[in-house]
Amino acid sequence: MARMKFICDAERCIECNGCVTACKNEHEVPWGVNRRRVVTINDGVPGERSMSVACMHCSDAPCMAVCPVDCFYRTDEGVVLHDKDLCIGCGYCFYACPFGAPQFPQAGAFGLRGKMDKCTFCAGGPEANSSEEEFRKYGRNRLAEGKLPLCAEVCSTKALLGGDADVLADIYRQRVLTRGKGAEIWGWSTAYGKPDAPAAAPAPSAGGKS
Amino acid sequence: MKPLIATACVIALAAGLAGCGEKSQVVVYKQGQYQGKPDGKPWDNEAFSGDKGNWETAIKARNQSQNEYRRING
Repeated sequence: MARMKFICDAERCIECNGCVTACKNEHEVPWGVNRRRVVTINDGVPGERSMSVACMHCSDAPCMAVCPVDCFYRTDEGVVLHDKDLCIGCGYCFYACPFGAPQFPQAGAFGLRGKMDKCTFCAGGPEANSSEEEFRKYGRNRLAEGKLPLCAEVCSTKALLGGDADVLADIYRQRVLTRGKGAEIWGWSTAYGKPDAPAAAPAPSAGGKS
Repeated sequence: MKPLIATACVIALAAGLAGCGEKSQVVVYKQGQYQGKPDGKPWDNEAFSGDKGNWETAIKARNQSQNEYRRING
């Protein structure tokens, strides 16, 4: 198995926040912590783009490099995880991460930070697989169930893909070749390609933007 | 006596010059070692009974289910 990665197709993301909601529900993430969020650029302007962002499980993760207690590790599948028993909540990883992935629950008055929480690629953490302890600290371990991250699997437009990087690249390449890349075009045809049968295309009068 | 003094002078000179040397002040980062608890493999459970190949097959199938071209066209 190669590296596990996420890829978000900005041509398809419709900012529905289904991934955010699914993640929060699946792992029972505490209030104030969002392991995943949707970022929109040029919101409200024609041509706006949305991206679902979480921990990207970097191959050379800066959070691992700056952690003073070395609580991060990378699994053989390329998932970056951390040991919450070791984390001191210093926040260095938050400053180092270019995606703002590390999140800190409020652990007391005056904004006291708790232990860092982030996307686990639904791979749990350093506790027994699918144990109650693992769920409490890191959330559900879907990889141990032979499943992929729920955010990607639940994505209605399949904008967010998660899994083996090589397979994702193949899926994305086929998608780009099918629809024909054109960053200046936006709308249905760009996202979903140009159907062979003209009848299958949405009528412009029905509100289609292509 | 003279060679002894000359040798001492050379050593003193070398030691004195050593103080003029400049060592690199740049911190060289060394990757730390993970200090936490060990983690198990995702296939080490009842569902896969430690069979890595079985787990990879399941993951590959899930991966392909994200490819709607393949899903729709069979």
